[in-house]
Amino acid sequence: MEMTRTIKYEADRVKGFGEEVMSVPGCEKLKDCIQCGTCSGVCPLSIYMDFTPRQVIEMTRFDFKNEVLGSKTIWLCASCYACSVECPQQIGITDIMYELKQRAIKEKVYPRGLPTPVLAQEFTKMVHDYGRVNEILLATKMYMKTNPLAAMGMSTLGLGMIKTGRFSMIQEKIQGRADLARMLETVDEGK
Amino acid sequence: MKYSYYPGCSLKGQGRAYEESLLPVMRHLGIELEELPDWNCCGATAYMAVDEGKACVAASRNLAIAEKAGLQQVLAPCSACYLVLNKTQHLIHDYPQIKSAVDRAMTSVNLKYSTDIPVRHPLDVLISDVGVDAIKQKVTHPLKGLKVAPYYGCQIVRPYATFDDQFNPTSMDRILEALGATMVQFPLKTKCCGGSLTGTLPEAGLRLSYIILKEAIKRGADVIATVCPLCLFNLDSFHGKIAAKWESARIPTVYFTQLMGLAFGMTAKQMGLQRGLVPMKPLASAPACCAARTAAAAT
Ligand code: SF4
Ligand code: SF4
Repeated sequence: MEMTRTIKYEADRVKGFGEEVMSVPGCEKLKDCIQCGTCSGVCPLSIYMDFTPRQVIEMTRFDFKNEVLGSKTIWLCASCYACSVECPQQIGITDIMYELKQRAIKEKVYPRGLPTPVLAQEFTKMVHDYGRVNEILLATKMYMKTNPLAAMGMSTLGLGMIKTGRFSMIQEKIQGRADLARMLETVDEGK
Repeated sequence: MKYSYYPGCSLKGQGRAYEESLLPVMRHLGIELEELPDWNCCGATAYMAVDEGKACVAASRNLAIAEKAGLQQVLAPCSACYLVLNKTQHLIHDYPQIKSAVDRAMTSVNLKYSTDIPVRHPLDVLISDVGVDAIKQKVTHPLKGLKVAPYYGCQIVRPYATFDDQFNPTSMDRILEALGATMVQFPLKTKCCGGSLTGTLPEAGLRLSYIILKEAIKRGADVIATVCPLCLFNLDSFHGKIAAKWESARIPTVYFTQLMGLAFGMTAKQMGLQRGLVPMKPLASAPACCAARTAAAAT
């Protein structure tokens, strides 16, 4: 039987990771955490997380990069900001979750099989190419890429959308989509 | 006062009943709305999860267009749009590196971002600019006896509480009470509905919607009123799945603007009430034609 070590060692740390995250807009206060656990208590999704928000904060601060970037937690965060407004130290926990999501996508280390990061990336492609998002086309794309069978389970909902006149497969496009694409490219150029 | 109307993708898509009710209600109250020309998607929660710099650039294009058109205020009815546009302004304001990224993007297409145009939610405009008294004066068909669970969702008062309390918002309560409706005590006012997790991770996301529906029923509400197209979608669309997994928690969810229209004597059809999957019962106070139409919409 294969055994894995469940306690982290000093050597597992990726030195400098916490400092790096702290240098990002909105994440500066990470260092002030007093580990009170308020964030985990108010988070409506913490019961499904592999690490609670409090743990993610501590692990990020102390450089456990691979663990937090590979966690399911960051993709369970629905950006409801309940933690951020309740934190006694005014730590922007939601923004830290966003920063970790960005890094996990950039380094392609998010857990496979999780539809949330796939949805986020498809969403940005749609905005880049057309300037607008069609929720139905977006959901279809996500299901096709992650779980085509789940798309079948959504057929009742699709019929409901048709019946109530809310279903459209037409991709709206803005006039200025070349401009928007150009603007987005300047961000890469400036990096 | 003229406002630049930023509908966002949802109000043109699955959330079109929000637009269908918002526009006539605002017009009825003398508020002039002009749709922002060639607006683009705000980026919602998804873009910020992929690239914050690009998310700010995409969102700020809308603000620059409003500025160029000489408009003084932007009205953003969708909670995600409202939050993202406000957050973008905060980031541009507070962080020089974001400001310079946005400036660079603007220069590349001859746009300019120079002022922070106020981005406001309809609740804010109705409470602060129009006022409860003016709303009351327009009521011809009071919503007598209608018990409402006022549900604000998460992103409207968090993290930037500007026009209402962060923990116990009351602006929608006050508006709906002016229409003659009764609010039930609803402590889950600002609890998360699950957001896009209802689609991506339904085991987790649907539970949050279920809790809100169940609580509204327990509190004796006839209907849940919401201010956000994603909240409405989540609370209205998954009743079959929720019943299969936990128990039936069927209660209609409507936009608060739909209730306003009904109280102003507009018909259920005009307010897009037929677009809900769980129909609202016709109101006793509705004009005869309207009650008939609501009943028709309900079948
Ligand atoms: S609420 Fe704030 S201080 Fe408390 S554990 Fe969470 S991040 Fe740390
Ligand atoms: S913002 Fe994310 S981490 Fe914070 S309470 Fe909401 S779901 Fe939990």
